[in-house]
Amino acid sequence: MARYGMVIDTKKCVGCQDCVIACEAENNVPEGFCRDWITTESSGKFPTIEMEIRTERCNHCTDAPCVSCCPTGASHYHDVGGVVLVTHGECIGCKACIASCPYDARYVHPEGYVDKCTFCIHRVENGKDPACVSVCPTHCMYFGDLDDPSSKVSQLLKSRKNHSLIPEAGTKPNIYYLT
Amino acid sequence: MNSLSRRRFLKITGATFGAAVAVSSLSEVVKGAEKVEVKTGKKVKGIQKIPTYCDICFWKCGAIAYLKDGELWKIEGNPDDPLSEGRLCPRGTGGIGAHFDDSRLKAPLIRKGPRGSEEFVQVTWDEALNYIAEKMKKIKSDFGPEAMVLFSHGVGGNFLKHLMHAYGTPNDTAPSFAQCRGPREVGFELTFGDVIGSPERTDLRNSKCIVLIGSHLGENMHNTQVQEFSEAIEKGATIITVDPRFSVAAGKAKYYLPIKPGTDMALLLAWMNVLVTEELYNKKFIEKYAYGFEQFQYEIAQYTPEWAYIETTIDPEVIRETAREMARYMPATLIHPGRHTSWYGDDAQRSRAIALLNALMGNWGKKGGFYNPTSVNIPKYPYPAYPKSEKGAADNPNHKYPFAEGEKLSTGLREATLTEKPYPIKGWFVYGTNLTQALPNTQETINAIQKLDLMVVCDVVPSEIAGYADVVLPESVYVERYDDLNNPLFREGFVSLRQPVVDSPNDQKPNWWIAKKLADKLGLQEYFPWKDVEEYLDTRLRSAGLSLPQLKEKGVIRAPKGKIYFDEDEEIEFYTSTGKVEFYSHKLKDAGFDPIPKYTKPEEPPAGYFRLLFGRSPVHTFSKTQSNRFLSGLMDENEVWLNYDIAKRMGIKNGDYIKLKNQDGIVSNKVKVKATERIRTDCVYMVHGFGQRSKMYRQTFNKGASDSQLITKYKMDPLMGGTGMNVNFVTIDWEA
Repeated sequence: MARYGMVIDTKKCVGCQDCVIACEAENNVPEGFCRDWITTESSGKFPTIEMEIRTERCNHCTDAPCVSCCPTGASHYHDVGGVVLVTHGECIGCKACIASCPYDARYVHPEGYVDKCTFCIHRVENGKDPACVSVCPTHCMYFGDLDDPSSKVSQLLKSRKNHSLIPEAGTKPNIYYLT
Repeated sequence: MNSLSRRRFLKITGATFGAAVAVSSLSEVVKGAEKVEVKTGKKVKGIQKIPTYCDICFWKCGAIAYLKDGELWKIEGNPDDPLSEGRLCPRGTGGIGAHFDDSRLKAPLIRKGPRGSEEFVQVTWDEALNYIAEKMKKIKSDFGPEAMVLFSHGVGGNFLKHLMHAYGTPNDTAPSFAQCRGPREVGFELTFGDVIGSPERTDLRNSKCIVLIGSHLGENMHNTQVQEFSEAIEKGATIITVDPRFSVAAGKAKYYLPIKPGTDMALLLAWMNVLVTEELYNKKFIEKYAYGFEQFQYEIAQYTPEWAYIETTIDPEVIRETAREMARYMPATLIHPGRHTSWYGDDAQRSRAIALLNALMGNWGKKGGFYNPTSVNIPKYPYPAYPKSEKGAADNPNHKYPFAEGEKLSTGLREATLTEKPYPIKGWFVYGTNLTQALPNTQETINAIQKLDLMVVCDVVPSEIAGYADVVLPESVYVERYDDLNNPLFREGFVSLRQPVVDSPNDQKPNWWIAKKLADKLGLQEYFPWKDVEEYLDTRLRSAGLSLPQLKEKGVIRAPKGKIYFDEDEEIEFYTSTGKVEFYSHKLKDAGFDPIPKYTKPEEPPAGYFRLLFGRSPVHTFSKTQSNRFLSGLMDENEVWLNYDIAKRMGIKNGDYIKLKNQDGIVSNKVKVKATERIRTDCVYMVHGFGQRSKMYRQTFNKGASDSQLITKYKMDPLMGGTGMNVNFVTIDWEA
């Protein structure tokens, strides 16, 4: 089975937040919430600064605590690509998943259910990239099957230095950052 | 000056669309524009895709608007468009927010309180336009048509420009020259005999070494520029970033040079010193095309990296190393000419130094340097000739600024309004530019407005400047209107269309309609012979072998790609007076200026003061997007960047709110502090466009601080009348 993931080139990302707006428009995200966001991390003393700009979202973990802790089964692995989704009608809004997520990727939608990034599965299943990937003016984001060694994402991980976020949480995240 | 550019323009606009895009059978069926269907007005079930081009900034990216059951859903880039290549910037993606913006102007307004009181009564379009027409007629009969000035920004102003020229005034202007890219265009024209233009002719995509000095690409979000910058990074180009602030682009750089603000010229001269003394420059190009190189060589010898170190604080070895890095990749090395270049009052000369540094790389018309832009010729609408102005324009009397001939000086027209010299100015028509923020020294702008008999503002939101208007005209936003065609000089010739996608929600009107109605009331009907804008656009397109129905469907039509680089040994023609690249300029010498650029020390901030720097955010355009819910959701106020150590010493924490006071005692709104290692200790920085004080514009009222308000001082560029605006100093106002 495919394992969908993203590879994001931090060398190219300028942190413009186009991905955030594209997601909001595409998925009708309610005002004041977001499913993806930008983190700028810098260290050092002026003028010797190291800086990494990242676009972040749900990591669609392979061992997702939000799925294992969900009392109703609303949080689940989708049968395509292992994408982590929430069935709105089954969600009781208990927020256990929000507490369990190391990435703070989930929020309670004003309509009462928990919401987050879906990897734009509605687009992916129609052969398109997620909205954030397809809009990016720097072409810094790549989406694909991490289990397919010939995919662009796998190739990039093989050829470039990379890291994932909070790997020590042990959730097996599926988003990688090229450095 | 401008005649040179025009000559070149005529030479290169011979391209046509050719057989590939000959008029299709579709346009044969639709005879005359009146049968062209407007898609708005009815709700269509399902998904509709309509191409148009963006207006959230002035880059004019081709886009596709998506409607879901007749409601605007999202906007994506048009893959056929060479500017966006299918990807919009965050502002473009958030463009739908402009349509849904609650704070939009909804109906025409006429002032009832004093100017600036923001007290208005709602009127009909007829009442508003009658009021304007009566006043304009009186101004014309009492003072002549030249007493009217049009300030406009963006393609939307085209029909109003036409109206004002038909009325008889030559005074149409935009802040995009004297407050923005004017110094750059003048500096390059004096050197290469040609301008950079917009979109910039920079071949970033193919550059192997990119030098950013006074350019914060990535924060400045001109779509094509950022896309190409990213492409160059991917291909492994060396990035050299010079900035007092560790910008996003600094984070991409192999070399980051934390320069002392105001000393760019010293670094540029030292770089050229290294290239010349170490004989690293492009000798073949210089031998063939340089004029006055010997004098230049002689003069440049004094500007050693050690000399520049004192001025710039940049390590001499870093200056040498970066100069050698540039030479390593020439001619595919590009020293980016920047865009906003009105900073210290010697800006045209600074741009000339950038031009000369590029000339040393021999990158003119070369891959990875400056390409030769091309365009397609779409003839203008065959209007009758405009009446000739006897008085001429008022912006630059007696050619005080001898190299400001290409475009009008906005601040020159403000000056003319204040002084009534060379003649009285009695009316302002302001389209899509928030002059209280766009021009330096807000109070001067307000004082000028108080002298007027007529002040009209046409805008989509109640901008600060609208609060000073006698009449406010609410315009439809770009997804609700047609505008003029876009066919700029670029990598390839193309034409794109802005067309309505949805209806305006209230009583807003498109600018073409406003201009035509006003022309009727002014008795200028002969200048608007077309029935509506569709007939106008179709006429223009048919004269180029295309048609409106064709363009409505595609949004963009591209001409076959042509040659944009010179061949290896091709003879290059330069449109300077010597026909060469002018390292020594007789034009400048004759006008009393330095024929070879010289360094001027910037004024130092007084003790306890910081130099005020300003820049852009990728999610906002000037002061006009702050109420767009997608964009304000990401940034609804600006921050003032303050060096971390300085902040700590002053007991200021990250996230604290402070007020700034400038050298003239002007105090800002409260603004959030970003205490950061990413900026020098001698300056502070903020994003432009915030701290607006229009009560009508409630989403943005008093949010953040206004750099413009603190820019009470500006230094005129003696060559071209640009307003250097980085000459203000601020301190923390503890009393606040």
